[in-house]
Amino acid sequence: MNADRTAWEERSVARVVSPVRPRKLAKVPFVEMADGRLQGVVSSGSDIERVYVSSIAAGTLTYNCSTNNNRPCGGLYGDPCKHLRSLVDEAVLQYGLERVAGYLKAEVPENGSLIYSIQGGVERSQGAAVFSRFLRHLAYLELPAASGPLPELHWFPSGVS
Amino acid sequence: MLSVQVAELTGEPLKGVNEALDLVTGFDDALVNGFARLGEERAAALTALAGAMAATPVGGRLGEAAGKVAAGSVAEEHVTALAGGRTALLGAVHDALLGSLDAAIGRTRASWEEPPVTAESDNLLSGCRSWLSELAITGWRGVDHDLAAAVDQTMEALLAEPRLRRLAVLLDGLATELRASSPVAAMEKVPARRWADLWARALLLTQAGGLPPAAGEPVSGRLLPLGVDVHEHATAVQAQVHAIFEPADGGPCRLVRTSVAAMKVDTIVGTAVWRLLTGSPVLLKALANHLSLDIKDMPLLNSGDLVWHDDRAALGDLADPFATARIQLGGALAPAVPPLDRHPVRIAEPVLVEGYTVPKGEEVVFDLDGARLTVDVERLPTCGPLTPELVRGSESCIGLVRWDGGRWLLQPLAVQGTVKKKPVTAHNGDWAEGATDPKVAKAEARNGDAVAVLRERAGRLLRK
Ligand SMILES: [Zn+2]
Repeated sequence: MNADRTAWEERSVARVVSPVRPRKLAKVPFVEMADGRLQGVVSSGSDIERVYVSSIAAGTLTYNCSTNNNRPCGGLYGDPCKHLRSLVDEAVLQYGLERVAGYLKAEVPENGSLIYSIQGGVERSQGAAVFSRFLRHLAYLELPAASGPLPELHWFPSGVS
Repeated sequence: MLSVQVAELTGEPLKGVNEALDLVTGFDDALVNGFARLGEERAAALTALAGAMAATPVGGRLGEAAGKVAAGSVAEEHVTALAGGRTALLGAVHDALLGSLDAAIGRTRASWEEPPVTAESDNLLSGCRSWLSELAITGWRGVDHDLAAAVDQTMEALLAEPRLRRLAVLLDGLATELRASSPVAAMEKVPARRWADLWARALLLTQAGGLPPAAGEPVSGRLLPLGVDVHEHATAVQAQVHAIFEPADGGPCRLVRTSVAAMKVDTIVGTAVWRLLTGSPVLLKALANHLSLDIKDMPLLNSGDLVWHDDRAALGDLADPFATARIQLGGALAPAVPPLDRHPVRIAEPVLVEGYTVPKGEEVVFDLDGARLTVDVERLPTCGPLTPELVRGSESCIGLVRWDGGRWLLQPLAVQGTVKKKPVTAHNGDWAEGATDPKVAKAEARNGDAVAVLRERAGRLLRK
């Protein structure tokens, strides 16, 4: 065998995506790093029917927050609102600080908090796309059941690393 | 497994296996760069793979496909033929490996009986095929966000179709990895074997007749679980139980597998995944409490898979999996492997290993009088109590013999041992009805019920 190929490249069950860490989902049911943003959905503290869509752009560190009906968040002036703070906190729990800061290209001083690095100011963006991704995410839990073995899942063992 | 069996298994490399794997490696390298820009060396790798298969029934088509692709004309049929050739080659590797394992541990295996196949074709499948062809033409190095996401719409339709769940779960797993790795050009290393495996299997499952019907013979009798293997990616989880089946009609004992699965999201992890499988309460109770099961008219496929129907099962008596493994595993008849599933990754043979020592070192290794078997401690599911420390301290282990990256590995399903002078037993399925370890249960309670939270959100927001 070619000596300069590493064993990892010749493994069928090489780990490519690290599983996320368990966290409490009640406040922020959805967080993802996609389309160049850290984005997610934050439940409203006062109205059970309402959610906020919050996002932070990688690189520019600009941010936005609006309701799922695309109304601007009232808490968004000067600094990130409480929804954006929750989004960042939960993203760090889910993925770890290093991965989130790396994705956003944000500098975080030692023992510092990521939220203080989010200083790009408000940049309006469409929350609707994120909200529909969240609905698609939820739809996985409503799919019809199937019976029989799924042999292809042998490529996807559950495991720690 | 005895020392001599381990020594036989891990001794001399099998004839032809490394040569076959070199051909696969050449193919995988071509796929990293894409069939559209092969260059001489990679074109030669495809020709070599086709050459090695020349004497087989697919030889002619394969030779033609390699020639066309090398000449720069890449059509879907050629890509498919090449995927078939790679699959056949790995099928042969699988057979050689499983044959040597069976010989080493003295396992008898049934021969395959082909069920009637109905060839179906479908627009959804052709949508998947074009994405897979596009991936092959572009190569992994050329995959970006747009190409990774190009399957999203097809995926949504595919997921809604329970009949195509095997394909959906596979493609979703691959698409998630590609999306997370995009742009792949920026990756330091590409998981070439793995992605080619997933790609080739998906392409075969999208062929007419590629997804065989899951019919089977109804069987009745007693089921004695040996252990549970858990599979999981961001959007799916499967608990696969390995068990001894004692037919009620007095036939020979058989080694079977039975699986329960659910679709999920990435934030449902750890012990929470069991909450998705509560539609099979009888099975979960049997796993958590080490009970046997009495089954009635449950379909058994030729592959040795029982198609689980929780309402056709009743809880039986206490049945210690270690006792089952000691007494009945050796003589049980193992099932045949369906032709399409023949790939080294599917080798997962339950064995009992005892009387080993665990030498100090980074890797966990079971040493049986000098014969050594490496333990895959990266494969301990997060929903169960097994940890590398428990495995290190163990004296007996029920595990699955697996093969990956050129070597044999043992994946523990259950261990017995002594920790701080107290006997300890841990099985992967111990927490099927909730964590029994107070520390883990407390963490679970602190995070709340992830499945319930998301179902409530889905109920409120999806049906508006
Ligand atoms: Zn806000």
